[in-house]
Amino acid sequence: MKNLPVWIAACCIVMTAGCSSVKEYQKNKINDSEMALSNRKVEKTELSFQSYREGSSGANAGKSGGGCGCN
Amino acid sequence: MKRVFITGFALLGLLKAYAQNEQADSTAYKPKKLKVDEINLVSSYYRQNGDNSAVTGGLGTEKLTDISNAIDLRVVKYGKNNIKHNFDVEVGVDHYSSASSDKIDLNANSSASSSDIRVYPSLNYIRENEEKGRTLGIGVSSSTEYDYQSFGGNVSFSQKTKDRNGEFGVKFQAYLDQVKLLAPIELRGLPNVDDSGNASRNTFVGSLTYSQIINKNFQVMFQADLISQQGYLSLPFHRVYFTDGSVHQEKLPDSRLKIPLAARASYFLGDNVIIRGYYRFYTDDWGIQSHTADIEIPVKITSFVSVSPFYRYYTQTAAKYFKGYEMHNLQSDFYTSNYDLSKFNSSFIGLGLRLTPVNGIFGIKHLNMLEIRYGHYARSNNLNSDIVSINIRYK
Repeated sequence: MKNLPVWIAACCIVMTAGCSSVKEYQKNKINDSEMALSNRKVEKTELSFQSYREGSSGANAGKSGGGCGCN
Repeated sequence: MKRVFITGFALLGLLKAYAQNEQADSTAYKPKKLKVDEINLVSSYYRQNGDNSAVTGGLGTEKLTDISNAIDLRVVKYGKNNIKHNFDVEVGVDHYSSASSDKIDLNANSSASSSDIRVYPSLNYIRENEEKGRTLGIGVSSSTEYDYQSFGGNVSFSQKTKDRNGEFGVKFQAYLDQVKLLAPIELRGLPNVDDSGNASRNTFVGSLTYSQIINKNFQVMFQADLISQQGYLSLPFHRVYFTDGSVHQEKLPDSRLKIPLAARASYFLGDNVIIRGYYRFYTDDWGIQSHTADIEIPVKITSFVSVSPFYRYYTQTAAKYFKGYEMHNLQSDFYTSNYDLSKFNSSFIGLGLRLTPVNGIFGIKHLNMLEIRYGHYARSNNLNSDIVSINIRYK
């Protein structure tokens, strides 16, 4: 478990080593709104409560600061 | 940790080697005057229950409801040299009621602290050079509650690779907050209790992202954040009961360094199924380490309807300053009984429904997207919650 981030980074390198250049006209699936590499607006409150109810935050487009989450 | 960064930089170098020349699409309509691009309305209802409230020292109800509404308006215009200017204005209002914060006064049964309203406007500007694949952004935000005030600012920069298949981003955010020092009623006026005025809490966030299109169906993104917090990081109305039965105000260090590292991927499987995955490793200097894994599978029932089941698993270790009710002793420098900082794991499971009818929602053409999402959250220390959210988009 301790070396998990290293293993993940290594897997990412292997995975991305197989990438090919995709032309604009080939991006109809990549440009599908549900393929977006970000959280959607409908997830906004979920991300807030997760950052309040859990000890960790960040790297997910959610709250990293601002607002109390006191309750 | 050092190995993670070395590996990360090696990865960026490797991906950059794939960059090739290609021109941006310049056929889309480009308004020269300010034009409303889209308006989003997002509403949520959230409720939770648990038995480990930090306000009552780790024992007691955590019952809470929150109704959240936000409106987000984006306007765009194209300037000279086809520079795209995006202005984004958002205003959000939350109304919450909390049985635990009602217990700042233990004898109360609907005190002034039993509910509150949070208002959070923000304004962001993004300057996008589509020809060069470069964006610059700047934004400000605020968040106001009765006992908490926050002002935030951010600047960002991103650059696409020459073949437009990769994008590197950097962002810096700062939040300058003020916490109103409201102590539990019975502790007010006692020595060493913070019970008047305000205290500052500052948060600085640096983010690096890199996204890469792997092939026509698959793309990935990596993100590394560095989050530094300084100031009053306790909450003044959290109680801590010691082994001798005495009650104290929560006390936590005045600095915290957090490092989350994340990877995200989305894969189009066949013609109707998308697999979205997310993983995050997190560590901080309070002793918390966590892992988050999230999978969502949108299935396109038709071109206009998709259903998205999702599941998120989270696990964390406890902060070194955490102990439960009547478990801290007088030798501790720092102490909290906030179960959000305890060791636990959690599951979040639910379903989303997304409608994009060609004639618009309710036949109104510009209301072109409706998304509804429900999720149930269960934590291993008996906190449970439900959330339902809705997003309506006008475009």
